[in-house]
Amino acid sequence: MVIDSTRMKSLADRLAVDEVKGRSLWADARKRFLKNKAAVGGLIVLLLVLVFAAFGGTIAQYSNEELDFSIMGQIAEKGGPSLANGHYFGTDDLGRDLFARTVQGTQISLAVGIVGSAIAVLVGTFYGAFAGYVGGRTDNIMMRTVDILMSIPYMFVLILLLVVFGRSIIMLFVGIGLISWLDMSRIVRGQTLSLKHKEFIEAAEATGVSRLIIIRRHIVPNLLGVVAVYATLLVPLMILTESFISFLGLGVQEPLTSWGALISEGSGTLNYGTYWQLAFPLFFFVITLFAFFFVGDGLRDALDPKDR
Amino acid sequence: MLAFIAKRLAIAVPTLLLLVVFSFLLMHAAPGGPFTSERGLPPAVLANLNAKYGLDQPMWRQMTTYVWGIVSHFDFGPSFIYKDRTVNEIIAQGFPVTLTYGSISFVVAVLTGVGLGVSAAIWHNSWLDYLAVGISIGAQVLPNFVMAPILVLVFTLWLGWLPGGGWEGGQWQYVIMPVVALSTSFMASIARITRSSMLEVMNSNHIRTAKAKGLPMRKVILRHALKPAMLPVVSYLGPAFVTMITGSVVVDMYFSTGGIGKAFVDSALNRDYAVMMGVTILVGTLTVLFNLLVDVLYAWIDPKIRY
Amino acid sequence: MKTKLLLSTILGLALAMPAWAATHPVTGEELAANQDYTYWLLDAIKSMDPQINTDVEGSGVLRSLFEGLFNEDQVGGLVPGAALNFDLSDDKTVYTFHLRPEAKWSDGKPVTAQDFVYAWKRLADPEFASEYAWYMELMQVVNASAIIAGEKPVDELGVKALDDNTLEVTIEAPLPYFPQMLTHASTFPVRQDVIEAWGPKWTDPEHMVGNGAYVLKEHILGEKVVMEPNPSYWDAANTILQHVTALTINDNNAALTRYLAGELDRVAIPAGQYPRLAAEYPAEANSVPQSCSYIYIFNMDPVKGPAALQDVRVRRALSYAIDRDVIVNSVLQGGQAPSYNWTHAATAGFEMPDIEYSHLTQAERDAKALELMTEAGYGPNNPLALTLNYNTSDAHKKIAIAVQQFWKKIGVDLTLNNMEWKVHTDKMQAQDFDMGRYAWCGDYNEASTYLDFFTSYSGHNNGKFVSEEYDRLMKESKTAENPNLMYTAAEQILADQMPMAPIYQYTQVEMIKPDMRGMSTENLMQNWYLKDMYRVAQ
Repeated sequence: MVIDSTRMKSLADRLAVDEVKGRSLWADARKRFLKNKAAVGGLIVLLLVLVFAAFGGTIAQYSNEELDFSIMGQIAEKGGPSLANGHYFGTDDLGRDLFARTVQGTQISLAVGIVGSAIAVLVGTFYGAFAGYVGGRTDNIMMRTVDILMSIPYMFVLILLLVVFGRSIIMLFVGIGLISWLDMSRIVRGQTLSLKHKEFIEAAEATGVSRLIIIRRHIVPNLLGVVAVYATLLVPLMILTESFISFLGLGVQEPLTSWGALISEGSGTLNYGTYWQLAFPLFFFVITLFAFFFVGDGLRDALDPKDR
Repeated sequence: MLAFIAKRLAIAVPTLLLLVVFSFLLMHAAPGGPFTSERGLPPAVLANLNAKYGLDQPMWRQMTTYVWGIVSHFDFGPSFIYKDRTVNEIIAQGFPVTLTYGSISFVVAVLTGVGLGVSAAIWHNSWLDYLAVGISIGAQVLPNFVMAPILVLVFTLWLGWLPGGGWEGGQWQYVIMPVVALSTSFMASIARITRSSMLEVMNSNHIRTAKAKGLPMRKVILRHALKPAMLPVVSYLGPAFVTMITGSVVVDMYFSTGGIGKAFVDSALNRDYAVMMGVTILVGTLTVLFNLLVDVLYAWIDPKIRY
Repeated sequence: MKTKLLLSTILGLALAMPAWAATHPVTGEELAANQDYTYWLLDAIKSMDPQINTDVEGSGVLRSLFEGLFNEDQVGGLVPGAALNFDLSDDKTVYTFHLRPEAKWSDGKPVTAQDFVYAWKRLADPEFASEYAWYMELMQVVNASAIIAGEKPVDELGVKALDDNTLEVTIEAPLPYFPQMLTHASTFPVRQDVIEAWGPKWTDPEHMVGNGAYVLKEHILGEKVVMEPNPSYWDAANTILQHVTALTINDNNAALTRYLAGELDRVAIPAGQYPRLAAEYPAEANSVPQSCSYIYIFNMDPVKGPAALQDVRVRRALSYAIDRDVIVNSVLQGGQAPSYNWTHAATAGFEMPDIEYSHLTQAERDAKALELMTEAGYGPNNPLALTLNYNTSDAHKKIAIAVQQFWKKIGVDLTLNNMEWKVHTDKMQAQDFDMGRYAWCGDYNEASTYLDFFTSYSGHNNGKFVSEEYDRLMKESKTAENPNLMYTAAEQILADQMPMAPIYQYTQVEMIKPDMRGMSTENLMQNWYLKDMYRVAQ
């Protein structure tokens, strides 16, 4: 999985062509976004998943950690989804309520995705804008560093980090976030560079507008589109990375769980007649990833309308 | 061009050094060592082992000895866990396996991905386009650790068509499932990138001109559109390669192929410092070389780029 | 040259003949035409060197490629291997082994006492630095400890070859179970000339010379090990399996799928799947006792351990509140036995003391646990916060989660701390834990292999349990006429002091193809020998 660089570049180019007439760009974009059925559908799904994560716990009949001793040991026969006994999604191998666990896993996975992506975007934007704005030697050194870091097999490093510092949710946030800012920094730097020499900026500088105002009024609105799109598309990547880490057994600690952990457990027992253990978490995982995709794509198309 | 390559190679050296130092320190900072065992070794035995493998030396000493061994005679040292084998032997056995199914997956992913993407772009907004987009998004969100057991279940247990694992020197029936599990998500990514890039190119001025001149569609695509449309695909190949090596962890675990991916995870968990370093350096070097190759390819496709 | 080749071909064919013989030489059962066998390994074999190997899976392969002084039969009794018999001196410290004169290495050279002397010295040699050097100490061979510590030259080890077929071993004190210890792979002979010629490469299939019933044909790390009969083996005429493959499959679920697809003949059953498989494949699903014991160790270190665990009432309450029946019947479901003591109940000669709480119902135990906790000043209103460490594994996780729920009832707020294996072990050995999961498998079939663990001078006593009375009993047992009396008394101390909570005793839960025979499943140590296995016609 990857973020499509052509379209990111195209978007960045377009947003750098003219001074963004703040309100109208976003107003236009909103109009176009709302016309895009896939994107609106994605947004609705995302909202539903958020509601599920936030309020699902209130309709769960069990907590995410208590064992149902009446079912334990006969999961394949009695642990299936049932309205009658309150296990709407069935139970996991130990007789824990899968509905409650899916709600809780959704919270963790969304948190990892959103926080990880936020870290990546913040670091990347700051780093890229700084390098681009300062320019010269500093820029050169900073971007060479990015080149070097890009050549590091980051998944290997992440595994090492989790092995060394132990598994914790903070480490997951930091580890996943810190390896994804490199692309972001490149895009932002490129855009900052091209903005720096735009007439409207030079004009503003010539008329004595302060640097701070230039950045606030002219550079930030131009970066915002790219950042928003990139951040949205980064979330599903983060969620996928987390699921891989969980598969390796280096994810969050019990009794907490995540989509990756649930899916990995469910796929291991696929052959034992407990299909619901894979089906429910995988369903939420897949629709959320789809939704983020469609929203991100829709956002980009709205900001950079072209016939595709 | 040559100067560019030389410059990139010059960066490669500090990159790899950084990687070596960083992973070396990280690994040694991890709790437990290669000889930490459930039974707990008597201190005398542990001291003998540490002396034998040089772990009683100060850290900087261990690191310089290690780096010198590699530089002077390409010796990555003995494995701390697989004591009959050297790191060179472990890599020599596992790497060709990973390379085999990795490169087949790579070729499969690129060919089908580009094919799918180009068709989707040409028949834009047709059912084929929607199908291609659907497949590519679907395939991207299905993790390969879900796909692997499903494949085994269907093709080994239910249909009995393919063996459920093993490598057997790379006979075709052992290669199919690893390749499918590994290549699907790359195929999807490549299809998506190709599609959007192809659309971009097809709408550009020079293609419009070519079309206006009345050139047949096939010629327009093959002669004018395909090459520039490949640029973003080419730049994706670098990261794709690294992710593929990572993905081989899943393949090695499910299909018992004996590749390098599992060797890395095992070595990190077993604190087999030498194997861990060896694989990291190998993958790091390959990444650097691959990125360089991608850049050269990029420059060849798009002569406008100057270095 | 040509005639020699022809001769060896004919010889090879003749030796291979028994495979096609229709009946088993001893039992007379009709044999299957196919005598191939494929079994499962969870991990790659780390070393094929008897003095380097440390794990159970490696030992299985080594028992086929090499042969020690004694072997085990189907139920774990000693049978002659490279040695025919031994004499024991009156003070019970000098063993004289008479080797089998016809025993040969796979290159045709005779197996001599010097080969054993070389191997044993190699195991103790500090320069060679074997991780299993401590086994020589455990065997109490004279000077082993001093040699390992580098205080004496390796030549002073109490083992010598009186002649080619006579091996003399001197041990420091009488050790009733010494002969049992000789089936362990680290005591197997190796060839000095081969090792010196090839160095660490000697274990490669093309160089390896062994004295076992099988020879190594292929060893691809992380994929497979292939073995075939050794025509030079002294009992080659009765070796029946012709082609043996061990496949490494890192995922137990995947391995089971491949067993069901017919790719394996023997595989372990993942936790919780035994009842279903036993119902579906009654002739293939097996559950037999295995000499291992699963416990949660309490950290009783006065400085590093939590203060609450210094209180015997808390330790007992914690142990009482674990519903072992739920763990074995609903979590593991593989016929494991709920455990209220430390030594595996089926250990030879061991007599279980009368452990009071094992007779109670779980409701009574829970009531008692709550009472003890209240006495100790804890309870639902004043919860006791503790942490339980365990290493990454599906079964450990499930048990820990269940225990967390049991302890909630007596007001214990348990945090689970899942760590990967090396970190877990490291923390246990540094007393950096509150409670930790641990399992111990017997090295030999005698209770001291368990009970030595909790002596204050044991290197394994990670919970730092100290009891002078216990130490005294264990020391006395070494020279006692009937050590089992002391073992029973020692177990009683453990039950009173509760330095750990026993949870369950292992069973080996496996799928085995119904035509396989000679699998040694009734051997409590689960030591099997390929030379005893065969397939019957069906």
